[in-house]
Amino acid sequence: MTATAAALALIVRATGLVVLRGDRLVLDGIDLALAPGAALLLTGRNGAGKSTLLRTLAGLCPLAAGTVTWDGVDVRDEPSRHALRIAYLGHQDALKPGLTLAENLRLAVRLGGGDLPAALAAHGLEGLAGLPVRLLSAGQRRRAALARVLLTGAPLWLLDEPSLGLDAAAQGRLGVVLATHRAAGGMVVASTHVGLPLPDAARLALGKQGQDAALDPLGPRAPNPDS
Amino acid sequence: MLARDLLLSVRHGADTLAAVLFFLLAGSLFPLALGPSPELLRRMAAGIVWVCALLAALLPLDRLFGADLEDGALDQLMLAGLPPAALALAKMAAHWLTTGLPLLLAAAPLGLMLGLPGTAVPVLLGSLLLGTLALSLIGGMAAAIVLGARRGGVLLPLLALPLATPALIFGAAAVDAAGGGLDWRPDLLLLGAFAAAALPLCPLAAGAGLRAAVE
Repeated sequence: MTATAAALALIVRATGLVVLRGDRLVLDGIDLALAPGAALLLTGRNGAGKSTLLRTLAGLCPLAAGTVTWDGVDVRDEPSRHALRIAYLGHQDALKPGLTLAENLRLAVRLGGGDLPAALAAHGLEGLAGLPVRLLSAGQRRRAALARVLLTGAPLWLLDEPSLGLDAAAQGRLGVVLATHRAAGGMVVASTHVGLPLPDAARLALGKQGQDAALDPLGPRAPNPDS
Repeated sequence: MLARDLLLSVRHGADTLAAVLFFLLAGSLFPLALGPSPELLRRMAAGIVWVCALLAALLPLDRLFGADLEDGALDQLMLAGLPPAALALAKMAAHWLTTGLPLLLAAAPLGLMLGLPGTAVPVLLGSLLLGTLALSLIGGMAAAIVLGARRGGVLLPLLALPLATPALIFGAAAVDAAGGGLDWRPDLLLLGAFAAAALPLCPLAAGAGLRAAVE
């Protein structure tokens, strides 16, 4: 009975994900599940499929087998709704060098209805809003991309190496933003090589050796921190 | 979405300017190469303007989606909750507003310079209005399809130009007919039908191309 109750609280559920890139099998039988407030860290060597898994959860990569469901509904049945429920941060910051920071983030404000000054302040970017992005440093651009994630207001954040190029203060701010998001019931899936300010996050190791240890938050190996 | 692209092109005004200048320069080369015979130029004016417009419209297509693919913005746009076809249509509309419309404005002086009769100029502009729309749609589709392919810039004209030939044939024929005092309406109607057919089909194909590109 308790297992059923826990299963009902899960929002995102991925079962038996298989993804092919060209002829190469990148993900083979990945299972994961997320409850509100959950965080999942993806680890594994280069090329283990961390980015591919994030893109698959975002609905950008097609599945060869398996399903991703949100509240029990296959996300492929409602791609437009799913797109608004997630915020994706890729390797690239997706900022146009010729536009100012505020102009770059305008689309996210329009879609998510977020508060631009608050989002910029959360990442220490106040005062830079009117500056063309080409004048920003790599770390500042990364923080701008993180501000866009915050602006979408999406419940599920998919972050690919979010702390790339961030200094210690910016990492601290990222930790605060992530904790606030999770406290409000948001979910985070992030890939990392260097560790992230995500306390008590579950871990999912990808790659040949790690795949058998695929995470099951209901199982004993990786207990769901928030249940 | 459309506003964002227009803002981008205002900041990078050189792209639009390059297309228009290419159009005017290429058109000006014909009198130099063919000799200054007004009779010959008048005969060829419609064709020259049309071919130059076609080639000039191809110039910025390479970057239409390419820039967004490279900096990751395409991923974000695909996740904006819009169907890929709507996204492609917005991009095509932006291409038309930043390339097709300026070409249209530059076409009248170029046509007159080549000795096109004044009565044929409205027909030239009308045919180019429909023609540049069709070119933005077809070119946008080709750009989306070759996206992510190596040497896509070479492949793009090979894909777009054959598809654009009907527009060229009817468009140039309409202007020719008007210049010769014949009825230009049938050609223009056929051109309109061609653009109307491209309007729903090209964004759908381009949307599929975009989906494949971000995979």
